[in-house]
Amino acid sequence: MDEFMLIFRHEDGSKQASPEQMQQWMKQTMDWIGSIAAQNKFVGSNGLPFDDARVVWPDNVVTNGPFGDIKETIGGYIMVRAESVEEAVEFAKGSPVLQGPGNSVEVRKIAKQDGTH
Amino acid sequence: MKFDGPLPVTRWQRTIVNSPSVEQADLIPHLFRTEFSKITAVLCKHFGLHQIEVAEDIAGDTFAAALETWPHRGIPANPSAWLYTVAKNKTKNLLQRDQLFTNKIAPQLQPGPERPDPDIDWSEANIQDSQLRMLFAICDPVIPQEAQIALALRILCGFGIDEIANALLANKDTINKRLYRAREKLRREKKDLSFPENEDLEQRLATVLTTLYLLFSEGYYSESREAILREDLCLEAMRLTYLLLAFDSPHRPSVMALLALMCFHSSRFPARKQANGAMVLYEDQDRSLWNQELISRGVHYLREASGGHQLSKYHIEANIAYWHTRPEESPEKWENILQLYNRLLQIAYSPIAALNRTFALAKARGYDLAIREAEKLQLEQNHFYFVLLGELYRELEPLKAKEALQRALDLAGTDADRELISRKIDQLG
Repeated sequence: MDEFMLIFRHEDGSKQASPEQMQQWMKQTMDWIGSIAAQNKFVGSNGLPFDDARVVWPDNVVTNGPFGDIKETIGGYIMVRAESVEEAVEFAKGSPVLQGPGNSVEVRKIAKQDGTH
Repeated sequence: MKFDGPLPVTRWQRTIVNSPSVEQADLIPHLFRTEFSKITAVLCKHFGLHQIEVAEDIAGDTFAAALETWPHRGIPANPSAWLYTVAKNKTKNLLQRDQLFTNKIAPQLQPGPERPDPDIDWSEANIQDSQLRMLFAICDPVIPQEAQIALALRILCGFGIDEIANALLANKDTINKRLYRAREKLRREKKDLSFPENEDLEQRLATVLTTLYLLFSEGYYSESREAILREDLCLEAMRLTYLLLAFDSPHRPSVMALLALMCFHSSRFPARKQANGAMVLYEDQDRSLWNQELISRGVHYLREASGGHQLSKYHIEANIAYWHTRPEESPEKWENILQLYNRLLQIAYSPIAALNRTFALAKARGYDLAIREAEKLQLEQNHFYFVLLGELYRELEPLKAKEALQRALDLAGTDADRELISRKIDQLG
């Protein structure tokens, strides 16, 4: 069993959703994570709020947020256990993040600490 | 029902109480059982944990003395004080009689050849402190979990070997061996009943909570047919958890949450069993039998538990249990239960939580979705999985429901489970 990180990529993080919409997404996200956890495949997850977001550039240049300059922002991630990348992809397909136009979920295998396999 | 209130008497206490020579039938229920734990704990704190068997023997001999005396002369006005005096005298006699014991122990206590009364402190404060120390000593990680539970039942709850074997569905030899090994370990590992220090204390408290949680669950979910015994187990777990409240620690909110969980579950005791001892399932229970006093106590503890920033699995489980005490089947109820299971599974996965989450999903989001989710659970070895499928298919596809329940019946390990499943199959018609 390997661990994979599913990274939520939002096309435009500054877009404001209505409170009702946000609550709906929250519920869906909780159900989605709950479903993975019910299969004992959940490892951990985190949202990445845009408050206090900075981007550090060469020569000590610091800008607010990743917005504007970068088209795509990362909204959060979840780590799962899966037999294969295909299984991890199946998990990703259920992510409510994909309901937002232009959004995507990037699936990455997490390197094992022992570096063997 | 209160923790220290009237509880059902055990069989052998009942024989004392009902014996014709005892006029007054108001012997405090569970007196011996309770005092066994107190006397053993206090003596161990006094003499050190390596004398645990001696302490247990003295407690046992003390009850034997009561059994010889009380039926003939009447129950003393203060039975506990009587027992403590006898226990003290027995300790003194033992100190004087047993040369080996005297040489090993007494010099540490009282130097010199003259040995006055051993100065044993029977104050309520010292009794509580001793029991608390004992609880922490028993929950030492060097002792396997199942042995911790047996040891807690023996030493802290005063259960007999028969009762422990019955409650844990094991045979007496197994329990005896388990207890023997655990006692040996305790004796070798430590000399006194001091609390672990600093971070060790915090870690130990977590183990203590786990053991109390399992102790309660053993009682609540035990397949033992003896309903009274099962309830006693739960009440003892509650009493010990209650004892922990005296302990100031960052884990205190978790202790509160665990206590709330226990209150909510216990509130259903009167509704769970039929006259013949068979279990009544949650959805079939007479809700007017749920104990409202325990429910409001649970609500009180849960509120207290919400003080800190901690969200332990006990908090989540207590919240789930709270929603189960609400009699009405509202969408809000199942939505909340679903979200709580979503959360619980992230911090503490268990197959039973996964199955319960799927049931809540059916109630909150519909049976079709729940069936699809159930199929992802990979719990085909678990008979409750097929019980769940039977439930989910019941209305939609009765044939599939029957098929699932049949598989559950093949997998079920106990008569009680087979009986429940057979009843469900019959209901399908």
